Amino acid sequence: MSVPVLDLQGVAFAYPDGHQALHGVDLHVHQGERVALLGPNGAGKTTLVLHLNGILMPGLGSVSVSGLPVTKENLLEVRRRVGIVFQDPDDQLFMGTVREDVAFGPKNLGLRGPELERRVLEALEAVGMAEYADRPPHHLSFGQRRRVAVATVLAMQPEVLVLDEPSSNLDPASRRELADILRSLDVTVLLVTHDLPYALELCPRSVILSDGVVAADGPTADILGDEALMKAHRLELPFGFDPRFASRP
Amino acid sequence: MGAPHGHKLHFHGHSWLHRLPAHVKLVALVAFMLTVVATPRDWYPVFAGYFLMLVALVAISHVPPTYLAKRMVVEVPFVVFAALLPFVATGPQVEVLGLSLSEQGLLGAWGLLVKGTLGVLASLLLAATTEPGALLAGLERLRMPPLLVQIMGFMIRYLDVVTDELRRMHVARESRGFSARDPRQWPVIAKSAGVLFIRSYERGERVHLAMLSRGYDGRMPR
Ligand SMILES: Nc1ncnc2c1ncn2[C@@H]1O[C@H](COP(=O)(O)OP(=O)(O)O)[C@@H](O)[C@H]1O
Ligand SMILES: [Mg+2]
Repeated sequence: MSVPVLDLQGVAFAYPDGHQALHGVDLHVHQGERVALLGPNGAGKTTLVLHLNGILMPGLGSVSVSGLPVTKENLLEVRRRVGIVFQDPDDQLFMGTVREDVAFGPKNLGLRGPELERRVLEALEAVGMAEYADRPPHHLSFGQRRRVAVATVLAMQPEVLVLDEPSSNLDPASRRELADILRSLDVTVLLVTHDLPYALELCPRSVILSDGVVAADGPTADILGDEALMKAHRLELPFGFDPRFASRP
Repeated sequence: MGAPHGHKLHFHGHSWLHRLPAHVKLVALVAFMLTVVATPRDWYPVFAGYFLMLVALVAISHVPPTYLAKRMVVEVPFVVFAALLPFVATGPQVEVLGLSLSEQGLLGAWGLLVKGTLGVLASLLLAATTEPGALLAGLERLRMPPLLVQIMGFMIRYLDVVTDELRRMHVARESRGFSARDPRQWPVIAKSAGVLFIRSYERGERVHLAMLSRGYDGRMPR
């Protein structure tokens, strides 16, 4: 098979206070896949995400992105390849205007002038926020800020888009708009969530992370349909939702 | 969330004063303040002249005087201090309404009040007629070190976020029966201030992570 976009081998990590958050995670994500990373609160999902672009370095094991090992020397290239959308858009949007914020990443990659302009505009158009380019981010609605946050990493033309709990705090309409945007993108996606219907809607494949290890990996419908597995990892479907009867687009 | 335009001190408009480049206004403000401070406090007609000038500028800017008046409350601590001066200062005394007041103190209070008021009014007028972003760009054009401009930019950006957080904590406290009137409960306020500090600090760290994730290397790209 081809070189995986994300290749994690035996990744283990303990926080400085001694808390062991990851106990040896193996995960491969291939080009063009959309994979959901499921797990209850505290499972280590965010910790894992921070390993994908070298914010955290594994105590044991290794991470590679399209064959490039995540090391100190490769950080800038790794961060171009892996675009992370963080949980709280207020953490991600820190510049005075939407345009400046979206330009921040590509500028760090050395882009300037018309090429930069084009990247910014394309990214904003991809999330339907081009008309807000000159607004300060803190004057946008939460759903709009989440979309701009997606644009800030799209502008770096990443090979894989990683979203940490993207549907949290969104109203149903914003949630659906974001799903439409994610489906329209031609990019590998790792969707970190405990919103199970969202995972089923967007990702053919799911991985369960529980207590710092991968507990299951397979087709989303099979995983959500396995009641014993779900129960064992504190994952619950919303009331009345049956994955066997959910229609998929 | 705030209004679609600018910040809480900004009053949207298109007057001549609004359109004047920010760095010109900044230099004018500093020059005005220095002049006011350097003016001897017993040149009464000159102060009247300064005041008329500001009134004319307010008129040009179309910012309602009540809008500025409401925001003048920041001056209150100085007013209180100035009002105390005639009672505590020493030297020759004068009789005013049956009270024996220090002459030096009276003059000192007048000087503090008039200079403070002129300065606050002029600054408010600048804030009311200039978008925060333009102000930062103006500072940059005046060769303010970019790092300082950046820090001020972050401050403006996160002011709303932090005040929002502060308001939510306040609502959560009150909802559980807290009353700021009761001195026995004041330690709670100190603790919430501590929590707010830690939250803001942690947010700072998260923002930094998000910046690193987009290739930030410690220098703002130009
Ligand atoms: N900075 C930190 N220091 C110490 N422990 C942490 C830190 N961040 C997270 N943890 C712990 O690591 C575990 C995994 O956290 P996290 O990756 O945030 O989980 P998730 O995103 O799946 O909810 C949790 O038990 C959490 O308490
Ligand atoms: Mg998390």
